[in-house]
This record gives sequence, C-alpha cells and structure tokens, in this order.
Amino acid sequence: MNDRGLFRKSILGLGLAFLYVPILSMMFFSFNNSRLVTVWDAENSPTLRWYVRLFENEQLLGAAWISIKIAALSASGAAILGTLAGLVLTRFGPFRGRALLSAMTTAPLVMPEVIMGIAMLLLFVALEQMIGWPEGRGLLTITIAHVTFTMAYVTVVVQSRLAGFDDALEEAALDLGAKPATVFFKITLPLIMPAIVSGWLLAFTLSWDDVVISQFVSGPGSSTLPMEIFSRVRRGVSPDINALATIMVLIVATGVVASTIWMKRQERKRALEEQMARSDTP
Amino acid sequence: MATSTFAAVSTALSAGRRLVTAVPYFWLAVFFAVPFAIVFKISFSYMVPAQPGYAPLFEWLEESRRLVATFNLANYQVLLQDSLYLNTFLYSLKVAAISTVLCLLLGYPMAYAIARSAPTTRNLFLMLIILPFWTSFLLRVYAWIGLLKTNGVINNTLLSLGIIDQPLVLLYTDFAVYVGIVYSYLPFMILPLYSNLEKHDLTLLEAAADLGARPFKAFFKITLPLSMPGIVAGCLLVFIPAVGEFVIPSLLGRTDQLMIGTVLSAQFFGARNWPVASAVAIGLLLVLLLPILLFQRYQQRELEASRR
Repeated sequence: MNDRGLFRKSILGLGLAFLYVPILSMMFFSFNNSRLVTVWDAENSPTLRWYVRLFENEQLLGAAWISIKIAALSASGAAILGTLAGLVLTRFGPFRGRALLSAMTTAPLVMPEVIMGIAMLLLFVALEQMIGWPEGRGLLTITIAHVTFTMAYVTVVVQSRLAGFDDALEEAALDLGAKPATVFFKITLPLIMPAIVSGWLLAFTLSWDDVVISQFVSGPGSSTLPMEIFSRVRRGVSPDINALATIMVLIVATGVVASTIWMKRQERKRALEEQMARSDTP
Repeated sequence: MATSTFAAVSTALSAGRRLVTAVPYFWLAVFFAVPFAIVFKISFSYMVPAQPGYAPLFEWLEESRRLVATFNLANYQVLLQDSLYLNTFLYSLKVAAISTVLCLLLGYPMAYAIARSAPTTRNLFLMLIILPFWTSFLLRVYAWIGLLKTNGVINNTLLSLGIIDQPLVLLYTDFAVYVGIVYSYLPFMILPLYSNLEKHDLTLLEAAADLGARPFKAFFKITLPLSMPGIVAGCLLVFIPAVGEFVIPSLLGRTDQLMIGTVLSAQFFGARNWPVASAVAIGLLLVLLLPILLFQRYQQRELEASRR
C-alpha cells in the first residue's frame, strides 16, 4: 500500500511542477534587472523597474481597459443567453429544433478559434454590406463574437446544475398556482445562481484571454490586451511582459481562491437551511 | 396531476416559452450558424482586390435580364493540388495526435492519483490543476519561451550543472509545440478523466484482488475499460482545438513547417485571399467534423447520465 501512496505523490508532484514551474519562473524573472530576462543580474536585482515601466506604458494600460470593458459586457451577455439556453435544453422537454440548438451550444466548446474568427468576420463584413450594421469593426463586433463563443460554456455549466436537481420544487409551485415567471425568479434562479456566477467568471476569463477571435473581428483602435501582448511576445521575451504576467497571475489567483471559498460557503449555508426546513416539518 | 411537469405547463403558456426559446436560438442562428454558411459560400467565390475581397456568387445582369451564378472551384483545387496545404494539414494532424497522446500519458496518472486520494485533499488538487487555466493562456505559452530559448532557464541550468556544454536547440522545434500544447490543454484532459475515475466502484477491484488478480492486471481489465468515456472526452477536448491551434505554433513552433491555423490566418491577413482562406476553413471543418460529432454525442450522454 505504501509504495502506491508514493507513486501517487510523485506523479502529482511531477505534474504540478510541470504546471507551476513555468509560471513561477516567469514571475521570478520579472524582478531581474537584466534586459536579457532569463540571465540573472545578481548585482542590480531584485528590482521593480519593469513594474514602474509597465505603469507608464499607456498603450498597454489602454488595451487593458478595453479588454476589461469587453470581458464584462460579453460575460454578462453570455450569462443571460447561456442561462436561457440551458433552461430551454433541460426543462422544456422535446420540441422541434431542439437538436439543432443543442448542437449549436456544444460546437463552440471545441471549434478551433481560427474557424470561429474567420466565420464571425465574414458575417460582419456581409452584414455591413447588406444592412450597414455593424459599421466597421471594433468593440461592438469583438463583444458580439465573445458572447457567441463564451455562452456555450455558461450553457454547459447551467445545464449540469439544472440536471443535478429534479423539478419537484418547480412542479409544486406550479401546482400551487404560481406563474411560470414567478417560479423561475423565486425557485429556479436562486438554485442555479452559483452556476450562473461561475459561468460568468468563466466567460469573463475566456473573453479577457482571447487573442485569435479578437484579431479577426477587431478594427483600428480596438486592440485588446492579449492582442498587444501577442504582437510584443512574437518579437521575443521582454521584461515588462514578465511584470505584467506576474500582476495578472496574482489577481487571478486571489480572485479564484476568494470565489471558491465564497461559493463553498453559499453551498454550506444552503445545505444547512435545507436541513432546518426539513426538520421543521413533523 | 402526474403529467403536470414544468414542460407540460409551459406548453399551455407557449407564448412565454416560445420567447424564452427564441432569444438564444436567434442569437446562435445569426452569429454561429449563418457565419458558417457565409464561409461556405465565399469558399466558392473569386478573389477580387477591392473590398470586400470576394466576387458575388449570384449576379443579376440588367442588360440580359438574367441571374448569373459564378462558382469557382479553384479554391478547393488549390487545397488538393498544392502540396503546401496537404503537408500542413497532415503536419497539423500529426502534431495534434502526438500532443494528445502525451497529454493522456501525463494526465491519466494525475487524474487517477487525484481520484484515489483522500476526499479532503481532492478538492485542493483539483483547484491546483484548474488555477493555471484561469490565468492567461497567452502568457503561459510565453513563459515557455523563457524556459526553452538558447540562453533560457533550462539551457542555463544544464550548462551550469555541467550536464551539457553546448546549449540545446529547444525553441522553435516540434518538441516545443508538443510541450506548449500539453501544457495548455492538460486541465482539459484531467477534468473529464477525473470525473469518470471518481465514480468507479472500487469493490470491483477488491473482488478482482480476492480472485487473485494482480493490481496491474486488475487495472487493465477493469479500471482502464471503465474509464474509456473519460479518455475519449479528454482526447477530443485536446485534439480538436489543437489541430487548428494558432498561438502555440506561432510562438514556439518551427518556421519552416507551419500548422494549418497559421496558414489560414496568413492567407487571410497576409495574402488577403479570403476565398482560399474560406476553403481552408471548410477543409479543416470537414477534417474535424467526425471528432466534433463524437464529442457532441459524448456531451449529450454525460448530461443524460447526470439527470436524476
């Protein structure tokens, strides 16, 4: 039994090292004074000079602001549309066209980004020619494209949450004469809220991170942060990108840990309330 | 009132139900399905230098009062005859297949180890696996440039330890692309495998042991066949996007052998030949159609199974 425990520990250790060493090394060298990035300049390091330079770089800061706006908007759109699609697919029973809807919500999960990008751009070009909208390409077109490819993720998360509990509560409320809209807002929505929140976060991250689709559907003056980073790192490593990466990793890690703890707490609270409600009934 | 499910009641109130269905349906139809139809259409067009870059398929000629259709099959001919495209397609499939196998070889033992560890530590390990996925994909690929380049971390370490005396050529090779893909897609392999392995009935293994099977044999006769759905899902989640991967090969890959995603965007942005780029996209879609359908079937079955 003991050597099996050892096997488990060593494979997990190895795998996690593989996942984390590159990130940690990138963070470590962000404090290196040398322009060569990976050659440690022991005399003048550690230094914060690349962080200072980063906050003086208005181009990158502007791109970051654009990315935040797009990510927040498209995550919200994706959360609404994805929740509706998830609800329709799990609760509305069979209807004509259900298979197509189901296919359209899972395909973007695996569709190569270059195909999505070219398809979206050609649509926007054709639409502009036909009806004059959307005029040119920029924030609007990137947001629409991001809503489309991220809503699939929200749908999957919401769907598996909805499949996880039966519709007895909803049925009971309907039997008691509640309107479907009331049932949705009073029962279904609170139950699937954790799924919607994690779906929103997932959509936000995917949008914030996307470079390929954005590149296809962006226009002049609407470079997102990943597009800026991509054009820089294509020319090789640069110390200020290491500083930027460090900041982003720290923000994300804090956010993920905090939201995980928050969701765990909500779950526990709900379970407790459920238990109390049960023990109230004789 | 046994039949009064949510669905039945909402059929009675079908106006509201129809509206709720129509909104996501409309969005996906306009922004996901129609674009593919347009790509398909343009893949048969002639390239023209002016905006929008392609000639119309159907044209109403006023003088002769006729509707004229001009199909250009040359875009697909180029795809089949130009060895550049065939090579790139085959190379992309090879890279994706090798990376998927490597990902499985690393991901399976990890998923197994997590699924068989104490329930309290499981969640911690899962979070550690998912955490990198939340941080920028682009920056994680970028991190490998710093590790793999000639005066990068790996070469510097090996040189200073005296293991090598010439720096190894690691960056801009096939190896670098495999590492990049395995690194970026590992969580997508581990998560479906974990959710499958976690559900296994361990008494089966005990029974096998009682009947005299060695752990090795029990694994290949019981655990491995039972985890097939997880293996298929994980492999598809890595393989399909990896074939069309663009960022990883352009940052870490060879410059003399491109992947299809890179060629597609070069045709699009560089040569500005939208019809050929569209034909490449349709070709890629056809190659991936079978795996995509397979993935959809798996996804559907998973959802059915999780329904109580």
